[in-house]
Amino acid sequence: MANNKTTYWEAEMETLPRAGLESIQLRRLQHLIERVYRTVEPYRRKMDTAGIKPEDIRSLADLARLPFTLKEDLRDNYPFGMFTVPLDEVVRVHASSGTTGKPTVVGYTKKDIDTWANLMARALACAGTSSGDMVHNAYGYGLFTGGLGAHYGAEKLGATVIPVSGGNTKRQITIMKDFGSTVLLSTPSYALNLAETMEEMGIAPQDLALRVGIFGAEPWSENMREEVERKLNLRAVDIYGLSEVIGPGVAMECLQTTKGMHIFEDHFLPEIIDPVTGEVLPPGEQGELVFTTLTKEAFPVIRYRTKDISSLCYDTCECGRTLVRMGKVTGRTDDMLIIRGVNVFPSQVEHVLIGIDGVEPHYQIIVERDGSMDTMTVEVEISDKVFSDEIKQLEQLTRQITHDIKDILGVTCRVKLVNPRAIQRSEGKAQRVIDKRKI
Amino acid sequence: MRVEQIAVFLENKSGRLAEITSILADNGINIRALSVADTADFGILRLIVDKVEAAEQALRGAGFTVGKTNVIAVEVPDRTGGLAMVLKSIKEANLNVEYMYAFVNKTGENAVLIFRFEEMDRAIETLLKDGFTILESQQIYNL
Ligand SMILES: [Zn+2]
Repeated sequence: MANNKTTYWEAEMETLPRAGLESIQLRRLQHLIERVYRTVEPYRRKMDTAGIKPEDIRSLADLARLPFTLKEDLRDNYPFGMFTVPLDEVVRVHASSGTTGKPTVVGYTKKDIDTWANLMARALACAGTSSGDMVHNAYGYGLFTGGLGAHYGAEKLGATVIPVSGGNTKRQITIMKDFGSTVLLSTPSYALNLAETMEEMGIAPQDLALRVGIFGAEPWSENMREEVERKLNLRAVDIYGLSEVIGPGVAMECLQTTKGMHIFEDHFLPEIIDPVTGEVLPPGEQGELVFTTLTKEAFPVIRYRTKDISSLCYDTCECGRTLVRMGKVTGRTDDMLIIRGVNVFPSQVEHVLIGIDGVEPHYQIIVERDGSMDTMTVEVEISDKVFSDEIKQLEQLTRQITHDIKDILGVTCRVKLVNPRAIQRSEGKAQRVIDKRKI
Repeated sequence: MRVEQIAVFLENKSGRLAEITSILADNGINIRALSVADTADFGILRLIVDKVEAAEQALRGAGFTVGKTNVIAVEVPDRTGGLAMVLKSIKEANLNVEYMYAFVNKTGENAVLIFRFEEMDRAIETLLKDGFTILESQQIYNL
């Protein structure tokens, strides 16, 4: 297993006192806004409409005065309309597949590629990776940022990279075994796929040299972490990134805690907003994660709305990094419900349930309208652990769940205990919400 | 001195009672006693069966949440006053009854009272001291 000694790639920037960090952020932000206003017509138009000029940005708090950038803005300016530099300065493009409509295209200058490699090296070091490691990179190579992003970072770090990409799982396992891969980079679901295939091939996790797995590019739960760690005999850590911001290497979990990922704040300025009002929320509150890139040249973004639900924690971390931590992404704003005027994320219900001893996070939320009143029923699967043959025990459990939901979400709901598996599950992805208000 | 009882969670009060009894019948399991406790939202079915392990397995397999608890079975002559005598003994010893139910054996001569107490050991002690007959598992199954 990985030891818990902190390893930094850029110790100074990763442990800057907040005041110093904020002064760097402000300087970079002012420079960015000025440059973007001058070079990108869609940004200039939005700022003019909002009546704000680059010189109005005098403090980091002024960031909140700038208009948001949405995925639609990027799509409307497909393919290169949001680039700030001429194409001959762009050395690479990536694109994220759009499930609806056109893909989103992002570009990088030579310096951007270097910045990115550096940040990815930071992320790898944060997970204890060093030049002595054999890095098995199973993220897809191609238009997707995962493969190449991680690859350049691992090379920058001086590790040995196996650019295995996705697919051909049996061959991957043979390679891991024969080459002695120590670090695995993949999506968490692919890691589980590898574990299953290993079992079929009769290869035990002890036959491999894997020490740590860096998993990202899709949401995953603490249960999944526990499962991957057990089945692959490694330490599983979370990485966050999205192509619109840079790709992998925006934020990274350290080995010291499992309470969120350090955002590389000297390059990316995070905010948490209320997805409905757009208002900036205080630290600790759940809301939509918004990023402003501070150092990117070809394709910077200003207040880009990720649609990911997370929260920010500024407490000092055991690893010594002063960088803010973002909580595990627990959902998408598309999943948000508004119940009697209160924003409710299904993931919050999950958190409440996980917090009650013995209760499994298997639930379904049913929203109905009774006259002009919204009602929320939370159906919770009853596990063997909490089941009792005494009515009063089960009533006490129901009351506790109701109370904790009210406490954390601010919404009164009705809690109904149901039989396990009574709540439909399909391919591990349960339908969490049934909103009957829509006609 | 204790009898194993199976408790099954009922999502809609007694909604799936028929399903449970037919699952047990299909597995050759005999129900000796049965009681349903319910609220507006859910119910708990309590069962004394002759094959506890098999019943537990069959019900779990069908997707039910099942639990096992120990209860005490007290045999009293089935005449007026039988129950009252037991309750008097319990009351005098200040024992807390979590729940109870009763059934009559095949011959109809005696009634069997099933009890769940907060303090099971002290309850057994008290009932024996007061001269009541506490049935063993095997005696219940053979009734
Ligand atoms: Zn840390």
